[in-house]
Amino acid sequence: MIHRYKLNGFNIVIDTCSGSVHAVDEAAYDIIALYGSERKENIAAKVFEKYKDSGVSLNDINECIDDIETLKNEGKLFAEDTFAPLADTFKQKSGNVVKALCLHVAHTCNLNCSYCFASQGKYHGDRALMSFEVGKRALDFLIENSGTRRNLEVDFFGGEPLMNWDVVKRLVEYARSVEQKHGKNFRFTLTTNGVLIDDDVIDFANREMSNVVLSLDGRKEVHDALRVDYAGNGSWEKIVPKFQKLVKARGGKNYYMRGTFTHANPDFLKDIETMLDLGFTELSMEPVVCDPKDSYALTEEDKPVVMEQYEKLAEKMLERRKAGKPFTFYHYMIDLTGGPCIYKRISGCGSGTEYMAVTPWGDLYPCHQFVGDEDFKLGDIWNGVTNKEKQEEFRSCNVYKRPECADCWAKLYCSGGCAANAYHATGSVKGIYEYGCDLFKKRMECAIMLKVAESLEEDAE
Amino acid sequence: MKMIKTLKTRNLCESAKNGGCGECQTSCQSACKTSCGIANQQCENASSKESK
Repeated sequence: MIHRYKLNGFNIVIDTCSGSVHAVDEAAYDIIALYGSERKENIAAKVFEKYKDSGVSLNDINECIDDIETLKNEGKLFAEDTFAPLADTFKQKSGNVVKALCLHVAHTCNLNCSYCFASQGKYHGDRALMSFEVGKRALDFLIENSGTRRNLEVDFFGGEPLMNWDVVKRLVEYARSVEQKHGKNFRFTLTTNGVLIDDDVIDFANREMSNVVLSLDGRKEVHDALRVDYAGNGSWEKIVPKFQKLVKARGGKNYYMRGTFTHANPDFLKDIETMLDLGFTELSMEPVVCDPKDSYALTEEDKPVVMEQYEKLAEKMLERRKAGKPFTFYHYMIDLTGGPCIYKRISGCGSGTEYMAVTPWGDLYPCHQFVGDEDFKLGDIWNGVTNKEKQEEFRSCNVYKRPECADCWAKLYCSGGCAANAYHATGSVKGIYEYGCDLFKKRMECAIMLKVAESLEEDAE
Repeated sequence: MKMIKTLKTRNLCESAKNGGCGECQTSCQSACKTSCGIANQQCENASSKESK
């Protein structure tokens, strides 16, 4: 399966199953489209007729057809999809190994953002803070169930985790005190709205957290329209200086400014530009996750605007890179040579198997987005997974279980998509969230275009 | 005249031989938390030696 597209002046051909990427000229772009549909002589004649006045000779065209044949023989073009039998093996082989936990240390929040999928941190339940004892048991549960995995990921999440900061610090200290003995390496992430950031948070987070995710929606008026406190006041003025101080002190360690765009700001490039103006360079803007009936939900009318924004964002990244002022957009990061193996690419996201969320009371859910929906409760950190049937539903969830993915060129980049988004869109974790798929495919086209541009620039130097 | 430039990419078929160690980041954990994408992840398999 191949995917051909034109973007920003480049003609790009992606070979889905080999993962190969080809930058081609106009004639080759047409030849690849015709290849296999008729005799080579006919293809050559057709393409020659179209391009003969552009300096393309019949010999050039025949050489191009030979190159296509060589690429095909090398498995880099029109590669067959032979991966389906492997789809279940990764998760089966992993057994019941757990390697990542999202610790909901605070089911409460000091902001009252109307678009919050966690309903202001409460996840449609009671307000609560995780005790140290529950958190410690969760870390022990992770160590006990991580098998031979060395890298263990723990995200301090909420609600707002800084509302339970002392417990976060004690849990990190506990994990550090036992990781060596168990041959583990904890990687912590803190996801925060920034309101309670102070020097102690900055020092500790910059020392201990592999990543910090900082929630900022960009423009002040966009951010303050939804990210408000309980008195209805915007939070932008309060948090931006704190984020700037934290990032400056971080010394190059990973962080993301993570914004959400909604129906109110499908023109989110302006929000990215605000983040850049504020001095941030590691950026992420996510489409809002909510009920389609909500007033801020993205609409079909928003989609072309969003698609165009993604393209303009990619162009902006190229411009800034050339000007020596590069920045990162999370969804355009793609490592063509060192990216994931085929097992990872076909096995789905790992929710409910190697990744789970833990509530303040120690209950286990497939991921943070299912917390609060009792049907999805898997068990708890004392007794492990007891709802085996539900877990099997997630274990068997992979890209080959979704018929809609069968002919999708992007399936080995998304791994079948987000189970929670699929569930909310279709009622099944094995469904697809089509709107999200369309946005994802556009992001991949942009990300790969940036790689093509980089590669051709290197050749020109 | 070269009309096709092939970028250097990981050979996905080859990755089936030594892949699947499971050490890489869980998909949206530590990141966006609202969408699944594995394209931006790094392989962390120390013993992966297949041709790229």
